Amino acid sequence: MTASLSLPLEDLASLHAGDSVLLSGTVYTARDAAHARFAEALSAGEPLPFDVEGATIYFVGPTPARPGHVIGSAGPTTASRCDAYSPMLIERGLQAMIGKGRRDQAVKESMATHGCVYFGAIEGTAALLSRCITSAEIVAYEDLGAEAVRRLTIEDFPALVVNDLHGADLYDDGPARWRRA
Amino acid sequence: MRDDDGCGTPVLVAELRTVDVAEVQAVVARLAIEANHELRADHVAALERGRAAEESPIGREVFDRLLENARVSAAEQIAFCQDTGYAVVFLTIGQDVHFTGGSLAEAIDRGVAQGYRDGYLRASLVRSPVDRVNTGDNTPAMVHYDLVPGSGIELTLLVKGAGCDNMSALRMLTPAAGVEGMRRFVVETIEKAGPSASPPVTVGIGMGGTFDRAAVLAKRALTRNPTGSPSPDPKLAELEAELVEAINATGIGPAGFGGTVTTVAVHVESYPTHIAAFPVAINLDCHSHRVRSVTL
Repeated sequence: MTASLSLPLEDLASLHAGDSVLLSGTVYTARDAAHARFAEALSAGEPLPFDVEGATIYFVGPTPARPGHVIGSAGPTTASRCDAYSPMLIERGLQAMIGKGRRDQAVKESMATHGCVYFGAIEGTAALLSRCITSAEIVAYEDLGAEAVRRLTIEDFPALVVNDLHGADLYDDGPARWRRA
Repeated sequence: MRDDDGCGTPVLVAELRTVDVAEVQAVVARLAIEANHELRADHVAALERGRAAEESPIGREVFDRLLENARVSAAEQIAFCQDTGYAVVFLTIGQDVHFTGGSLAEAIDRGVAQGYRDGYLRASLVRSPVDRVNTGDNTPAMVHYDLVPGSGIELTLLVKGAGCDNMSALRMLTPAAGVEGMRRFVVETIEKAGPSASPPVTVGIGMGGTFDRAAVLAKRALTRNPTGSPSPDPKLAELEAELVEAINATGIGPAGFGGTVTTVAVHVESYPTHIAAFPVAINLDCHSHRVRSVTL
């Protein structure tokens, strides 16, 4: 059963690790370098380049778009490289993150405390995922190239719930079910 | 060919083969585009075998999406992964080859820059780990040269994503740790990598040599064609099969969501080593396994 959900999400608590979803709405792209600049901005008391309250971040650095295309190849990158930065955004209202790979304990605790979920997209399906992106524009840090912050509109973007509000983690529960001693 | 040194003494000299580096540049550019858009047929076959063996429904869905992604990527010429990687080149050169037209290394870099620009591939390299300024054209390439007898040239391009390279590991085991220690190290590395190496992975293992040789062997092991073909050495082939079992028993599964297929191939290469040493390098490659080879 795959649920179609609009961003921002209305009912985070109804999501459970392992749920298959199709996401539609606005997301912001950011990778390591952009997160480092978010941290600098916040410590200098400056505003972030977008309103983080209720926002979704997609960890991705796309390939350049061919002429006539909205975006190039755009699959998830390893989220853990942003673990050091995510709690400061979650505390400020970040509602969801899309990426691949495990999050550390501090991020998971911050998600549970402040109400944020983490979705896993299937890495290496970047050509397919790029078809679910209907608009893309750079909103900050253009000098970072692929790592610039982009506002994307996504439509029926496939993902799985990895970390829900109830403490479950698909990266623990899935392998535990299939492990052979 | 025999030459005459002018004193009536015949001297053996080899026939030189002349190759313009522009030819190498063009080949590198073409391979960079091909490798990023068309998954090698034998690797597609390896993924199909993985799909057939996978028991988890989510795992099978991941395989289906990977295979569909490969079709869309080739048909629409969209790179199948956004991390279009570090261009790693293995260049085996016959010692009777003479390159003309300038620097070979620079020609390889020009080929990479050209391929990444013309193929709309991502520039993913920074000039230094410290200041992290993007080089803008995905150069320099990481080139490994081997000199061999003859006048042939073999060029293999491996496009290496960072997610899985970051999860790779090298350890200097003791001879006492032995093959059992090596097995434990492999499983530990795979478990630590979990979803971050983007399973189902291809695992390249280099055993022996010195610290540096083990790492290069592991990387080269990834390029074996076809993916999943056994080592010609029966002992290593047996070890490869055992390691596939042990890795798949972790339950990590496709994309790390849980399943029975975490690797589609383990390739082990070995080399003579010191009586006091047992270097083991493990290089992981994600399911977007991008390798192309040509003979020039």
